[in-house]
Amino acid sequence: MSGATTPGGAGEQVTMLDAPIHIDYAFTAGLAQSRFLKGLSEGRFLGQRCPRCGKVYVPPRGSCPTDGIPTTDEVELGNTGTVTTYCVVNVPFQGQAVEIPYICAQVLLDGANLAFMGLIQEIPADQVRMGMRVEAVWVAPEELGPSMASVRYFRPTGEPDAEYDSYKEYL
Amino acid sequence: MTAQSGGGRPVAVVSFAQSPQVRREDHRNEVEMLMPVVEEVFSRVGVTKNDIGFVCSGSSDYLVGAPFSFVSALDAVGAWPPMRESHVEMDGAWALYEAWTMLVAGDADTALVYCFGRSSPGQLEKILSLQLDPYYLAPLWPDPTALAALQARALLDAGLNSEEDFAEVAARSRRQALSNPRAQLAWDRTADELMKDDYVVAPLRLHALPPITDGAAAVVLAAGGRARELCERPAWITGIDHRIETHALGARDLTDSPSTRLAAEGAGLAAPAEVQVAELHAPYAHQELILRRALGLGPEVAVNPSGGALAANALMVAGLIRIGEAAQRVMDGSARRALAHATSGPCLQQNLVCLLSDEAAGGGR
Repeated sequence: MSGATTPGGAGEQVTMLDAPIHIDYAFTAGLAQSRFLKGLSEGRFLGQRCPRCGKVYVPPRGSCPTDGIPTTDEVELGNTGTVTTYCVVNVPFQGQAVEIPYICAQVLLDGANLAFMGLIQEIPADQVRMGMRVEAVWVAPEELGPSMASVRYFRPTGEPDAEYDSYKEYL
Repeated sequence: MTAQSGGGRPVAVVSFAQSPQVRREDHRNEVEMLMPVVEEVFSRVGVTKNDIGFVCSGSSDYLVGAPFSFVSALDAVGAWPPMRESHVEMDGAWALYEAWTMLVAGDADTALVYCFGRSSPGQLEKILSLQLDPYYLAPLWPDPTALAALQARALLDAGLNSEEDFAEVAARSRRQALSNPRAQLAWDRTADELMKDDYVVAPLRLHALPPITDGAAAVVLAAGGRARELCERPAWITGIDHRIETHALGARDLTDSPSTRLAAEGAGLAAPAEVQVAELHAPYAHQELILRRALGLGPEVAVNPSGGALAANALMVAGLIRIGEAAQRVMDGSARRALAHATSGPCLQQNLVCLLSDEAAGGGR
């Protein structure tokens, strides 16, 4: 408690009360996401396919959000994908790990039906574009772990840009 | 909207399912917990999500510490094509209330109600103290067992019950849970044995406390003729109402539950003796005694044949399970009239009463 007068200090009012709140949680990733995270620690992207609509989700959450049924078929995806959309980060903030300006992009892995967020490096920020083909750069094998930190960033492959129609559903 | 459906269309529970209620779901996330329950509640009446007109869920982000966990939980149903959906940050019993109003008003013919609660990931006693008034009570972090113990003490001081009464409730509840395959805590011990338990917070001994539970549950509601198509013996909701008391614990008579009594009146409970089964959401053993008095339930009414919240108490779930269990007794023909009760908040602060019958109000079966 701060702002309170000392005990017995007559006549003075309490004007402020600090009530700190801190709660710890044990997070359960779930069966599907645990498979994905273990894949990351082996340098692999593991997704799951919906048995009804055939869509491949990576990272998987165990269900098809369209059909509402379990996605039981595991699918290993490759290292390459397409930037569907992106933003240039120009704002410095506390704990920033990458020098600004840098690119935060939605990357759609080849064969996947769900894009996820990744850093784009090895290219000047003003040259990144929608449809750019990229590949994952992993950390050294001894640094791999069950986290997206296993993927250092994505970099251009140099292939021609993907057709807009191929990723327009994933913006 | 009146609390009794006499003015609107009759609405019934036609299907109920629950997950195994367990101490800790170690591996599955919320969606993975829910999917089998939703699948089961649909398959019992042969429907799919495309047959459902309205979806309402109950859960609390505080329990898992994840914002908007109720949005991602929708992945267990599949919100495509776009559906009419709502959520209450409350027990699923209140989600059922919202769905009931939609059906009575004629805005939908069927509804899915689901809820999930993981009480195990966080520090439950701290989380529950955050529901208290933020100025005078929450900064003291009183845990729910301490508050329940104050209530139990008030019962003893008023001469209304004894510690042996609490033990009797606990012994009966866990013994009845032996016949409930989804219950978490079931055993056969006498009240005399239980009186040898140590106090957790006097006058509450360990047996008087609910278990910490992870679980999920779901109900399908249907209106009028649709209910009769889907279910041979629909459990018609003849009345449902809920009332809340002040958050100021010191201003309440903790030995009584006037909000339960009012909710029962609002739901149309005229003759408690006509009810064969009552599922009461009493997380602490002594609270069943308060509820029985408030509802006027005599010894002829079978209370908590499922074992009640003392056998499994997944937060945000245990209330809807009471409605599901009571409805199940009507649907399987073992009861003609049943009463279900759900509670929320410390010391029975908020209470919902739902009356179920094998006859629709004002009409035949």
